[in-house]
Amino acid sequence: MSVAKVPRETLAIALGADELASELAQAGHEVVRTGSCGLCWAEPMIDIDGIAYGPVTDLADLEAARLGPVDTLPDLARQERRVFDRCGRADPFDYDPAWLCSQLERDPVEMIGEIEASGLRGRGGAGFPAHIKWRTVHDTPADQKYVIVNADEGDSGTFADRLIMEGDPFRLIEGMLLAGRAVGADKGIVYLRSEYPLAAEIFARAIASARNMGLLEAFDMELFVGAGAYICGEETSLLESLEGKRGEIRAKPPVPAIAGLFGKPTLVHNVITLCAVPDILESGGANYAALGVGASTGTMTFQLAGNVKKGALIELPFGVSLRALIEDWGGGTRSGRPVGAVQVGGPLGAYLKDEQLDTPMTYEALAAIGAGVGHGGIVVFDETVDLVLQAHYAFAFCAHESCGKCTPCRIGAVRGKETVEAFMASAQGDDELAIIRDLCDVMEQASLCQMGGMTPIPVRSALGLK
Amino acid sequence: MLEPGSEETRVRDIATVRVDQIGGTIAALSDVVRTFGHIERRHMEIVADVFNLTVAEIRGIVSFYSDLRTEPTGKRHIRICQAEACQSVGGRELTAATASRLGIGLGETAADGSVSLEAVYCLGLCTSGPSATVDGRAVPFATVEALTE
Repeated sequence: MSVAKVPRETLAIALGADELASELAQAGHEVVRTGSCGLCWAEPMIDIDGIAYGPVTDLADLEAARLGPVDTLPDLARQERRVFDRCGRADPFDYDPAWLCSQLERDPVEMIGEIEASGLRGRGGAGFPAHIKWRTVHDTPADQKYVIVNADEGDSGTFADRLIMEGDPFRLIEGMLLAGRAVGADKGIVYLRSEYPLAAEIFARAIASARNMGLLEAFDMELFVGAGAYICGEETSLLESLEGKRGEIRAKPPVPAIAGLFGKPTLVHNVITLCAVPDILESGGANYAALGVGASTGTMTFQLAGNVKKGALIELPFGVSLRALIEDWGGGTRSGRPVGAVQVGGPLGAYLKDEQLDTPMTYEALAAIGAGVGHGGIVVFDETVDLVLQAHYAFAFCAHESCGKCTPCRIGAVRGKETVEAFMASAQGDDELAIIRDLCDVMEQASLCQMGGMTPIPVRSALGLK
Repeated sequence: MLEPGSEETRVRDIATVRVDQIGGTIAALSDVVRTFGHIERRHMEIVADVFNLTVAEIRGIVSFYSDLRTEPTGKRHIRICQAEACQSVGGRELTAATASRLGIGLGETAADGSVSLEAVYCLGLCTSGPSATVDGRAVPFATVEALTE
């Protein structure tokens, strides 16, 4: 009997994957529900006996959607899939825990050494070296320690956390258990945003499945679903939220690694950071560090989004250029017009112009042009983009999402929004630009967290301010 | 004596289950929204009592999180993504056209309660915008027709 793999993933389902699965089952195929392999442009993408088809709209005309053998599909085979190697290839619940169990016997200090050797940095946005957090939590004496997963993936243009939690939830469970072993924590919590209901359902089922396999005896975990607040992706706001409070950020220090959830040492990582850990511990930190460029080691899960023909998750070593991602992988804009601007790294990321697109995607090269990798989201705009409107949105979004704790962010964002409006209405605009420039300096230097501190990045880059 | 099955009993039960949980207040208030559609002042009073907090503290939590709504949604609830990836493929225009077709603004509910329109900031469908949800169901490549018919 032929085997048909059909994604059970939010986008694919919204585009008809459930109906395709029923039709394929009725036609006599053995249907396996997998995750998405991340080629979103091809969804619903199905795999029948190793041949990929997508986007499939009509099973009667399957050949029209034929992409070729899935194992040699260039859009997948040319990637370096360390985190997403399993995602989209199998039923995520068809999981063999043997490898994980063998790893949980390892020596914690040796494990932290491998993380250090790998050069792994946080994939949530800040890019902080992971091993420093691990060692700090490990070395801080306490009766209780936590591993907390930040799955509050609120950046527009990003969906990597959602894809892995829907398509390979055990990869995250592995990362959490391994991190728990290394730092000496026995409790894990995943903070997931409420906009991802299918990820919540699948991950909750994976936790139950892991518990049935006996994997959660030394380290238990639970899923917490947020209630709609972008700022809760900021780690201290997330901790406040987990304590049942308003998600108002905390001043640092102390860092969460020393005094985090309920004042206990807490390892807080983004989903993808923890999902990189199994590969690092299996293939070795040095092996992972051999990928990438300089201090940007390993792979990044780039997410091509917005006005792009072939939107997808592309996992590649750091160093690929934005232009290669947008043109070679993404096929240019969806509208067919020239690229007007590219926002890299979410709503707090810079708007880059055409002449900056040859910048290699590394933490260092992007920092050098006033930008950042963020969580790997790349939002393409065509030439019709109105960058003044985008600067207005950056302030408006900050005003909407500010937790209100510090004045530069709470008031600055509102004044910024008003001043961009005045700029749009004025003939000259020099006075308004001077105020915006000043406001950006204040927000950048005096905000308590990166919400207010980084809002100047999209504003300045959109308006061409230095 | 609380009447079994009364609204107060149900809210009290919802909150009691969550009282020792991590993020319990937020989980309980989310459950109230799931059960009753929105949170009323009297619900907050019960949750505050169960958690041994003041009503002001509970109100502070409710006002912080956008899912913890204090007004009912329309019978049909439409959310349109307002974030950048959707802006790049016509999200602003879709929002304006949908609002005009429905005769309500963003954040409003029709006077007859038939429909409400709300902003959402990213649904994680950023390759396939503009994105929206209708009664919780994801709608990629959204059009005015897909959202209003």
